[in-house]
Amino acid sequence: MVRDPKKKPLTVDQKRYTEMVRDLVPKPPYFRNAVLAFIFGGLVCVFGQFFTDVYRITFHMSSKEAGNPAVATMIFIGALLTGLGVFDKIARYAGAGLAVPVTGFANSIVASALEFKKEGLVFGVGSKMFLLAGSPITFGVVTAFVVGLIYALFVF
Amino acid sequence: MDWQTYIWAFLVGGALSMLGQLILDFTNFTPGHVLSGFVVAGGILGGLGLYDKLVEFAGAGATMPISSFGNALVQGAISEAERTGVIGVLTGMFELTSTGITAAIVFGFLVAVVFNPKG
Repeated sequence: MVRDPKKKPLTVDQKRYTEMVRDLVPKPPYFRNAVLAFIFGGLVCVFGQFFTDVYRITFHMSSKEAGNPAVATMIFIGALLTGLGVFDKIARYAGAGLAVPVTGFANSIVASALEFKKEGLVFGVGSKMFLLAGSPITFGVVTAFVVGLIYALFVF
Repeated sequence: MDWQTYIWAFLVGGALSMLGQLILDFTNFTPGHVLSGFVVAGGILGGLGLYDKLVEFAGAGATMPISSFGNALVQGAISEAERTGVIGVLTGMFELTSTGITAAIVFGFLVAVVFNPKG
């Protein structure tokens, strides 16, 4: 974590300790992680494209309309795999490859809900569901509000 | 069916995921930070009209990553504001994202009720 600059300076011992820890903590395998994220993220999107085409052809939708049910399908798959405990096993290799697509959004909702299930359906599942997913929604809506306001006031 | 879209979906979706992974590995940001950042970036690119261009050729490579959530919020707000004025920013916000949010809540709830935490 980033250190608070207002805190008093580290003693010599603390400094040496910090350096020791920094050298001992294993570096993440950057290249391997990046390649795996690319492959898994790409595959998730290929699945998404497949569902988009299925909905487009079956229900005679435009590509744009078909994107919505396809996203819902991927969310369903992400949620189900999390419930089955399979998601985490794949995510150990895939990393951001599963987290960046909407499957990660579904995973964060189910994972939080399950983690707090013991607190009951109302205060556990119902309230804690958006513990992780709430932040992207909040920032997304605030961003969209500002962008929309700029459009409404200055562009049209 | 256009097979080239599948290649672009793989490449663009993969590239966005890899970007997320690199940010996670090289910085102190948590997945929550990264996902929020992607949504905000998608919203800004959407406001500039660039995200829809990406969707046009990359298909699901652009619609599946979480950045499309930001774009969809902005597109909903803008298109409704175009029709009804400033108030449309509020009324149109969730017009396009309601599928994703509804699916996430309903499926998330059902899965959480049916399954129990593993390990």
